[in-house]
Amino acid sequence: MSIHIDHISKSYGKVNALDDISIQVDPGELFGLIGPDGAGKTTLFRILTTLLLPDHGSASVAGYDIIADFKAIRKQVGYMPGRFSLYQDLTVEENLRFFATIFGTTIAENYDLIRDIYVQIEPFKNRRAGKLSGGMKQKLALSCALIHKPKVLFLDEPTTGVDPVSRKEFWEMLKRLQAKGITILVSTPYMDEAALCDRIALIQDGRILEIDTPKAIVEHYPKPIFDVGAHNTYLLIEKLNAYVHKHSVFPFGEYIHYTDQRDGFDPLELRAYLKNEGLQNIHIERTKATIEDTFMELAKQ
Amino acid sequence: MKEETVIKVEGLTKVFGDFTAVNKISFHVRKGEIFGFLGANGAGKTTAMKMLIGISSPSSGSANVAGFDVYTQTEDIKKSIGYMSQKFALYDDLTVKENIRFFGGIYGLSKNRISQKSNLLIEELGLEKVAHSLVGSLPLGWKQKIAFSVSLLHDPKIVFLDEPTGGVDPITRRQFWEMIYKAANNGTTIFVTTHYMDEAEYCDRVSIMVDGNIEALDTPKNLKTHFGSDSMNDVFLKLARS
Repeated sequence: MSIHIDHISKSYGKVNALDDISIQVDPGELFGLIGPDGAGKTTLFRILTTLLLPDHGSASVAGYDIIADFKAIRKQVGYMPGRFSLYQDLTVEENLRFFATIFGTTIAENYDLIRDIYVQIEPFKNRRAGKLSGGMKQKLALSCALIHKPKVLFLDEPTTGVDPVSRKEFWEMLKRLQAKGITILVSTPYMDEAALCDRIALIQDGRILEIDTPKAIVEHYPKPIFDVGAHNTYLLIEKLNAYVHKHSVFPFGEYIHYTDQRDGFDPLELRAYLKNEGLQNIHIERTKATIEDTFMELAKQ
Repeated sequence: MKEETVIKVEGLTKVFGDFTAVNKISFHVRKGEIFGFLGANGAGKTTAMKMLIGISSPSSGSANVAGFDVYTQTEDIKKSIGYMSQKFALYDDLTVKENIRFFGGIYGLSKNRISQKSNLLIEELGLEKVAHSLVGSLPLGWKQKIAFSVSLLHDPKIVFLDEPTGGVDPITRRQFWEMIYKAANNGTTIFVTTHYMDEAEYCDRVSIMVDGNIEALDTPKNLKTHFGSDSMNDVFLKLARS
């Protein structure tokens, strides 16, 4: 196991940030922690990177215990926190050299590993980190987290607030790092990014809802889902929510995702109901569940 | 029946030194419309929005927001619009009720009106138990729902929402959008930015900014047809990467 998390709990006062969490991450795996703000993702990262002690449970990273061997872990892992944590008043190059030096290495020695990412910000190597755009800060932070050639990489919400194009590029970079044998634990609030991981843990309010491959998680969705559309979305949501047999009603892009309580659900019956309620251009079609559907179904329970 | 236009933008431009952040953008937004304002980081969305809400003066071009001119009537604009963003929405160290009272006061609502609105808002959001809790102690999703309601306190014609749902859990995100639909249905115009492309699909029309220009503006359906894409995410990638 590259990361072994065994019944970890952590509370802050009355708040249970993590409640009996167990996860195993294999060497070379790209593993995603998927959950909203406040799910406990950052607390878990801080425990695994030896910055915080758990109340209960144990964990090891790259074979080292997070408490007994905390110094060894710090040499083996790279950590990119959610908040930009580099030195704003050092230049791009100074930041990178600083991190290389404290890990007893040089930029030249591990340049291969960061080349892909670093070339994109190298033209600005004399600019102070505080003056970089969001996307460039993110690339510098990743370069700094990689410069000592870690075995395990922890990335806490690296793509939050980042536009879809930059997010896509970032994930392509992660895939290349994974191909170089680095184990990656990454968290994100974007459910569409979950599909890019080997396995994911859905997490909310400090509890794990499910752990599996993205494909299996979607296949486990318990009910048939229907896309429902009509001329007036607001009215449609209202009427679907008022329908006695509804199980769930969630806006999903162009359509509303609807599930029914009954096993033998007949879409024609729903169509008749909606028509009777004054909706026009009614569209009802069977569709496939997404990770987000699964997340919401599990979170509801 | 002629539809009322509440935002009119013609050739609006903002230049910083030799950098053109917003380059002659033009569009109209109708009353009660949900208008999605999309673009990559650094495309000029925030700069454009700052001009529309009257806190940054344009370099050239014209814009009229809620019937007022962005050069000469910025104070009137501010009174006619609501605004909330992901970064700043409410004061963490005030309670829910105190925030409502504060923002009600800022917008010049009478004491009675504030108290009425406050009770209504708390009831609608089911916040009876936390009305006297500090906002900082509430989950992000709740905060954002309260912030949106607070931005509507003074019955603005238009509400500007700058990435209102970033980091919010999927269920609360949808409840938030149901609130948006409701406000739009009551005639409030919604001007919203987001990085969630499924949310772009909830908009009546969407504009996509690339490097200071509006490269596309249409209904999500037409945009998808036009770009031969099955999702707004794909439309966005095609435009922003070209």
